[in-house]
Amino acid sequence: MSEALSALNGAFHKGAVTVEDIGPQGMITLRGNLADETLMAAVKQATGADVPALRKITHAGPCSVAWMSPDELLILLPYGDVTAALDVLNAAMAGSHFLAVNVSDARALFRLTGKPAAVREVIAKLAPADLSADAFAPGDIRRSRMAQVAAAFWLPEEGVAQVVCFRSVAQYAFDVLATSAQAGPVGYFR
Amino acid sequence: MLTLQCPYCGVMADETELSAGGEAHLKRFGPGSSDAEFETYMFMRENPKGVHFERWRHANGCGKWFHAARCTTTLEVFGTYSAQVSEPPQDIKDAITAKRPGWAWREFA
Amino acid sequence: MSTRLTSGGRLLNKGKPLRFTFNGKNFKGYEGDTLASALLANDQMLVGRSFKYHRPRGIVASGAEEPNALVGLGRDGRFEPNQRVTTTELFDGLDSESQNHWPSLEFDVGVVNNYAARFLPAGFYYKTFMAPRAAWKHLFEPIVRQSAGLGKVPRDRDVDTYEHFYAYVDVLVVGGGVAGLQAARVAAQSGAKVLVLEQTAHWGGRAPVDGGEVDGKPVADWVDQTVSDLRNLPNVTLRNRCMASGVYDHGYVLGYERLTDHAPQAQGPRHRLWRIRAGQIITATGAIERPLSFAGNDIPGVMLAGALRDYVVNYGVSVGDRTVVVTNNDDAYRTAIALKQAGMMVPAILDARPTGGGALAEEARALGIRVETGKGIAKVHGGKRVTGVSVCLQAGEGAALETIACDAVAMSGGWSPVVHLWSHCGGKLIWDDAHAMFRPDPDKAPTGADGKGFVVTAGAASGAMQLADVMADATAAGNKVAGLSTDTPAVPATPEAAMQAVWLMPQGANAKLKMKSWLDYQNDVKVSDVQLAAREGYESVEHTKRYTTLGMATDQGKLSNINGLAILSDALDQPIPQTGTTTFRPPYTPISMGAIAGEARGEIFQPLRRTPMHDWHDTQKADWEPVGHWRRPFSYPRTGESVEQSVSREILQVRNSVGMLDASTLGKIIVKGPDAGKFMDLMYTNMMSTLKPGKCRYGLMCSENGFLMDDGVVARIDDDTFLCHTTTGGADRIHAHMEEWLQTEWWDMQVYTANVTEQYAQIAVVGPNARKVLEKLGGMDVSKEALAFMEWADGELAGIKVRIYRISFSGELSYEIAVDAGHGQALWDKIAAAGAEFNIMPYGTEALHVLRAEKGFIMIGDETDGTVIPQDLGLNWAISKKKEDFIGKRGQQRSHMTDPNRWKLVGLETLDGSVLPDGAYASAAGSNENGQRNMQGRVTSTYYSPTLGKGIAMGLVLNGPDRMGEVIEFPKTDGTIIKARICDPVFYDKDGEKQNV
Repeated sequence: MSEALSALNGAFHKGAVTVEDIGPQGMITLRGNLADETLMAAVKQATGADVPALRKITHAGPCSVAWMSPDELLILLPYGDVTAALDVLNAAMAGSHFLAVNVSDARALFRLTGKPAAVREVIAKLAPADLSADAFAPGDIRRSRMAQVAAAFWLPEEGVAQVVCFRSVAQYAFDVLATSAQAGPVGYFR
Repeated sequence: MLTLQCPYCGVMADETELSAGGEAHLKRFGPGSSDAEFETYMFMRENPKGVHFERWRHANGCGKWFHAARCTTTLEVFGTYSAQVSEPPQDIKDAITAKRPGWAWREFA
Repeated sequence: MSTRLTSGGRLLNKGKPLRFTFNGKNFKGYEGDTLASALLANDQMLVGRSFKYHRPRGIVASGAEEPNALVGLGRDGRFEPNQRVTTTELFDGLDSESQNHWPSLEFDVGVVNNYAARFLPAGFYYKTFMAPRAAWKHLFEPIVRQSAGLGKVPRDRDVDTYEHFYAYVDVLVVGGGVAGLQAARVAAQSGAKVLVLEQTAHWGGRAPVDGGEVDGKPVADWVDQTVSDLRNLPNVTLRNRCMASGVYDHGYVLGYERLTDHAPQAQGPRHRLWRIRAGQIITATGAIERPLSFAGNDIPGVMLAGALRDYVVNYGVSVGDRTVVVTNNDDAYRTAIALKQAGMMVPAILDARPTGGGALAEEARALGIRVETGKGIAKVHGGKRVTGVSVCLQAGEGAALETIACDAVAMSGGWSPVVHLWSHCGGKLIWDDAHAMFRPDPDKAPTGADGKGFVVTAGAASGAMQLADVMADATAAGNKVAGLSTDTPAVPATPEAAMQAVWLMPQGANAKLKMKSWLDYQNDVKVSDVQLAAREGYESVEHTKRYTTLGMATDQGKLSNINGLAILSDALDQPIPQTGTTTFRPPYTPISMGAIAGEARGEIFQPLRRTPMHDWHDTQKADWEPVGHWRRPFSYPRTGESVEQSVSREILQVRNSVGMLDASTLGKIIVKGPDAGKFMDLMYTNMMSTLKPGKCRYGLMCSENGFLMDDGVVARIDDDTFLCHTTTGGADRIHAHMEEWLQTEWWDMQVYTANVTEQYAQIAVVGPNARKVLEKLGGMDVSKEALAFMEWADGELAGIKVRIYRISFSGELSYEIAVDAGHGQALWDKIAAAGAEFNIMPYGTEALHVLRAEKGFIMIGDETDGTVIPQDLGLNWAISKKKEDFIGKRGQQRSHMTDPNRWKLVGLETLDGSVLPDGAYASAAGSNENGQRNMQGRVTSTYYSPTLGKGIAMGLVLNGPDRMGEVIEFPKTDGTIIKARICDPVFYDKDGEKQNV
């Protein structure tokens, strides 16, 4: 089997805020009843992480579970672990109504690093969302629009943001993020 | 530029995150319906000055459809609620009555 | 002459001289100057020509309201027309040029319009260019185009960058004058998140120029202290050089921040557009002084009294040695006093009020200034510069009592609150007779999502015109939004005498004077024009505005609005509030196109969707075709080949050997659940629930209206899972369509969908040798027996995990191979290598289109246009008759849909073998009630078929399938006719043997 290539194959923008393509990242879309105990147990078994509450993201080791909608989660895990995790989910939830599907190659994932305020401002130039610290903190996830494409973003910790978007627009997303970073701080967030 | 709260994810969504879906609470008429019923379902729409019920989708967000009750003249929003109902819930109707006594919209009041 | 004084200029840094040019002349200014103050300091009074009459015009104002002094700024990639000199901060090396003149500012040919002014009244263009019709195109338009337009369009690409920024605040304060600062200070005490925007580079607004005391210290000191205090608060952000350009629904405000206009060498974006959502908005936007309407009030040297004062105090610039002040209020006396104190002469103050002014008038008299009450200006003397004024009785008709020599006139007709932002979103105004102004009606604020007012005015914007009132009003505004009850700072009262409305000077001015009394400087609208409009029956202020163009220039009538309304009201003999105002619309002053575009320019103007093999296509120099936001290779021309030649080569290669296509853009949607079959039967016209796992079926999707909207091959993965292929660019739309029905109509169905389009790269290997290529790659049995036509299978090819669909859109033996996108390029390379011995080559969308057209396969968007039903296309076989319901079924039962005379799909072959023009219509006998020729069909797809060596086409034709062999005529746009024979749309391999081997 050939090496999987991420959309931008590790593209990198260096500056006060660094923007980088994270490389191949395992992702599973899981649709189902998020309050169902079988589903919660299956997610825990596959990732070690809990099913997140509304607009939250949970983490456990290399895995994260993000709330995407009232009946949808995005599971992030190492690229090579996807098939095994799908097997776990399918086995654990067999007989119930759900959909688990590999979307690792359908998405692009970027990491932004820099001073906390600067990282927030890079996104706040592009998304109609309140990125101030009292409205958006580590542990939250926000699905929104980033310039002209759909995107979701969260802060693994202050000073780091991760942005996920569709693969086909990865170049566009990277370019708008890099343009936003390149333009420098707004000086609004402190 | 409206802001509507998505009842599914709670986000106060900027209009640019939303897509409009036209009039709410249409009753579908499929095969077996009369021409008049189908015409009403397919083409006849309210065009109120005042209280109105609409469908919106949080397209650049959680992706869910929802309902919104608002005033077309002042853009006052009376409330947003689940898409999985065939008529406005009582609390929404009460909220409208408090602000627009005597309102009526289609068969609802 | 206007000149720089040796002293004064509180905003200047005289230690930092700057050089700049105006019309190629080198001038000197100082840091802190505006371009306006620097031009005046260099005695450049004449700065432009008016729009219609090309009259010489000078600077009138000192701020955003300036109507005349617009220049072209910068060079090449930084050139920008129509920049106001009063809001342009001077920087070293600034280049500017005046506008609207030819050949030069000093000598302008267009000024002939001025002498013809009596023949160019309001509505002249409307009346003159009505007839004859031909004259517009050949005579009038060329002349009008020559002389019309303000400023030059930039020729070069803008070299600067721009950005947006989204901010969410509790309280937005618009205006950094004393009112805005005080309101912000009060509101911030509640802990609310406060953002203060100030359009200029300085805080404090007019107050430091006008003077006064707050909390026992000079107001300028109070401003410095307050700004410093606010900066130290964690919940307050101050932004200067940032104008709130508009207030919109639900507390949305656009802020226009000019970051580097004053420092073009600085790094970073030039402008930033703030997209703000505010809970509450305080507009502390101040007030604008009104001109007085007297003859010659547009001659360079006639300025607003407040502006003259600004130039003296802020910039140490004297506009003239001898300034006559003409006023209807006390405030203008401050100008006389400031000028006198700066050592200049004020020969007279002409106060139109019979009773004159109050304390300020006494102060002026004490300084030895002659004050005349009940007097006004009959006319101003001078051409390119004021030389004197004729004094008259305000109550009279303009008989000159005396002429006073002067080189500047300071006029004040009172002040109007800046109500634009209040009004943008529906705030109402009331007429304040005492101050002769419209001011915001606090009981009728614009309302937000909760139905409550979300805008509060503060200070002069409320109509409070004296410092004590301003501070009290601003404190109240801050208290109101924050729910507090902070005390107002102590401000000593300085009572002023009442102003008196003066709409025309003198009040009985004759027609000749009125024809030289300007209301709108930029659009050249005079008192006589508005009166003419009223006489001609224009009663609505909105109609009068459009007829006369009053207030329609780039300044949007900031100076002319109230004066124009008053003249119109007088002409209509009705009170001003009955006439009302025109609508205030954003932006407050023009904002740059760059700021609106933000980051969206160049490569990131629009998102471009790329397949996993995009870069490879690019290295092959593919000729790109946009399909939605996707880019797909149209063809791959080789060196020396035309696109037509490469398309033919690709088609023949597929027909004769094997070709490969990047089909990754096809939509792929998973539909899963216990009710998936039931749901699929509703989505598609076909019966999908009977499809066996492992099999594929071509399906059609219609809208509820019955019209065909998408098609594609559905594969059944297992009992409760389907994979639906959609058209390129259709995936998002169809996924949303499915979700809409699931969420809003059939929410009890147990079905989940997922759009997995981009998870896979999809490669079609097509042609008689396709199987041999796959066999060379190895790993899967792709024989007819193991993988028959319309089946799919999972497996490995060349060690890469794939899913292969045996489906064909070309009529050839064809395998569509789906692979995880991250491995797409690797598989593509392996297929290319394996196919080398068969001369495999990529083909593009045009070859794809021709291949499918040769087979008579329809294409969504070609054969369909939103008005076509499957029955029109002979696709009845794909419409289930067993199903009770599917989306579109009821729609297709309507009489219009079942009409036997609907145009139906046929093939068309031209008699001479040529290619029919796309979209051509077939003519029929006779004509319709509009005298247009009747039509009987149209071309939907048309190509040159290299396989058949002739033009082929499909089209929709009246009773087409019943008219095989008949010849019909297609008129071309050049008047000639192409004859084509109606035929079977399947031109190639009618029995479908080749795809099924």
